[in-house]
Amino acid sequence: MEKRHDTYGELTPEMFRVVGPRLAESDQMPKKTVSFWKEVWYRFRQNKLAVSGVFILAIIALLAIFVPEFSQYSYRDQLGVYNEAPSKEHWFGTDDLGRDVFVRVWYGARISLFIGITAAIIDLIIGVLWGSISGLFGGRVDDIMMRIVDILSAIPYLLVVIILLVVMEQGLLPMIIALSITGWVNMARIVRGEVLSIKNREFVLAARTLGASNWHLIVRHIIPNALGAILVTMTLTIPTAIFTEAFLSFLGLGVNQPIASWGTMASEGMGGLRVAPWRLFFPAFFISLTIFAFNAVGDGLRDALDPKLRK
Amino acid sequence: MLKYIIKRIIHILIALFLIVTATFFLMKAAPGNPFANERDFPPEIEANLNAKYGLDNPWYIQYKDYLINTLKFDFGESMKYKERSTNDIIAEGFPVSLALGLEAMLIAVGLGILFGIIAALYHNRFPDYIATTIAVLGISVPSFVLAGLMQYFISLKLGLFPVAGWNGFKYTVLPALAIALTHAGYIAKLVRSSMLEENHSEYVKLARAKGLGKWTIVFKHTLRNALMPVITYLGPLTAGVVTGSFIIEQIFAIPGLGRHFVQSITNRDYTVIMGTTVFYAIILMFAVLIVDILYTIIDPRIKLKGGGRK
Repeated sequence: MEKRHDTYGELTPEMFRVVGPRLAESDQMPKKTVSFWKEVWYRFRQNKLAVSGVFILAIIALLAIFVPEFSQYSYRDQLGVYNEAPSKEHWFGTDDLGRDVFVRVWYGARISLFIGITAAIIDLIIGVLWGSISGLFGGRVDDIMMRIVDILSAIPYLLVVIILLVVMEQGLLPMIIALSITGWVNMARIVRGEVLSIKNREFVLAARTLGASNWHLIVRHIIPNALGAILVTMTLTIPTAIFTEAFLSFLGLGVNQPIASWGTMASEGMGGLRVAPWRLFFPAFFISLTIFAFNAVGDGLRDALDPKLRK
Repeated sequence: MLKYIIKRIIHILIALFLIVTATFFLMKAAPGNPFANERDFPPEIEANLNAKYGLDNPWYIQYKDYLINTLKFDFGESMKYKERSTNDIIAEGFPVSLALGLEAMLIAVGLGILFGIIAALYHNRFPDYIATTIAVLGISVPSFVLAGLMQYFISLKLGLFPVAGWNGFKYTVLPALAIALTHAGYIAKLVRSSMLEENHSEYVKLARAKGLGKWTIVFKHTLRNALMPVITYLGPLTAGVVTGSFIIEQIFAIPGLGRHFVQSITNRDYTVIMGTTVFYAIILMFAVLIVDILYTIIDPRIKLKGGGRK
């Protein structure tokens, strides 16, 4: 600062030089362009909670895949030691039928995650198709399709699921069907909203004038642009499905024995809470951890995709 | 506004019709029936039972009867317990569930707002971390696990509250808490983020410049605006409290409607299942409608125009 004061008014020609046009440099792009997804990824990485969520989910998924394969016990082996506390032999103890809780927890993880992810994928497919068709076609079609969505979403979700499960035989498939029968409504709404905002942009108009079909528009333009919102909705659907499954297991509507899901294990563990608290604790802990992780990732994604919404 | 309400009521009526129809046909198709438990049924008795419940009519007559009865709020008699109608069960169980539900909602909203305010006021400091952790725990831990843990530690080990039953205020505390905590967590999250947003606004700066205290600003200025998202959450909250009661009433042996509903599911008591479902559906859908209308009254910035929000 001071130096500048000293030299003020004493500008001499020696202090300047002719730079001339820098052709080589100005032809290049000033900086490498950062793509949208790279930026999202950068913002996502800054969010410690979301990143730890990803790690937690990865570890849970790996354990769910490998533990049941490589364990010396199977989830249905009855080992003759009943309600034994956690030990070196049985890390998470054994249950009332003498089954190893550690193996059952990771086997249950498979079932719970499978239910959650499949239900979310079904929601995704129906919701995206419904929403994009409704938004793209507009007019009459949109009216009718959206009225159907309005009516379906007026119906309390859990009541439908319960009624369906009462009627169907218990099992994995009925559970998934019940969970996704009206679950897609939310996704359809969100996708429609995205479509409506994308539809009138210039690039869609350009594609239309070039003769692109509706299908092409949906697959190549609408879905990639709505991907962010879709992803967030999906990461938040999975924990809801896992939660609901646990809830239904508790009502006795879950998957059948000896198949274990976290929900069935926890509800069985409730019965033996006084004798063997670990039977409730471990499945309940992993349900909570998974739901926490999915929520953290979902929130992180939402913030990363739309920094304006950042809380 | 009126147009919007009428439109919503029409949606609700169509949805109700769908529910009634769907439950009817699903129950028709369901495996097993409530008489299946008692073996060695003489055919005459079975024919009598079928006649009593109208099961010997062709399906369209049954369907028509069912629709008409539903319109008259007559949900038929229990197939499991003789001489008990579904309406009796609802009349007996609903007041209990309503009391529990209202208490749970009060706790959820109260705790949620309190934690949200604390978290926002001490943003990124110790109280914030504690409040946020509790909120996250509330959201992530399933309510039945929470109920089990509370029964085990608070009732059994510490003996602070009765383990189960329904006999006065003391008995309501734990179940209401178990239902409420999940929702308190969500509300705390909502309040925290909207309070933080409000804290950056000009009017808060002005209030601070005037020298108002922290809490005065909260209660006089920010809280009102920060509560808007909470009102949107009231609809899902009602639904959550109702469905939460299914499990919690079971765990705490509370003679509410939720417990009867779950029992009727276990018993395959079809008339009760159908009746209770329709009853729940009516309650829930109108609760959501009322919340939506309330929302516009409280926040005049929102104009409802036809179609469904949310």
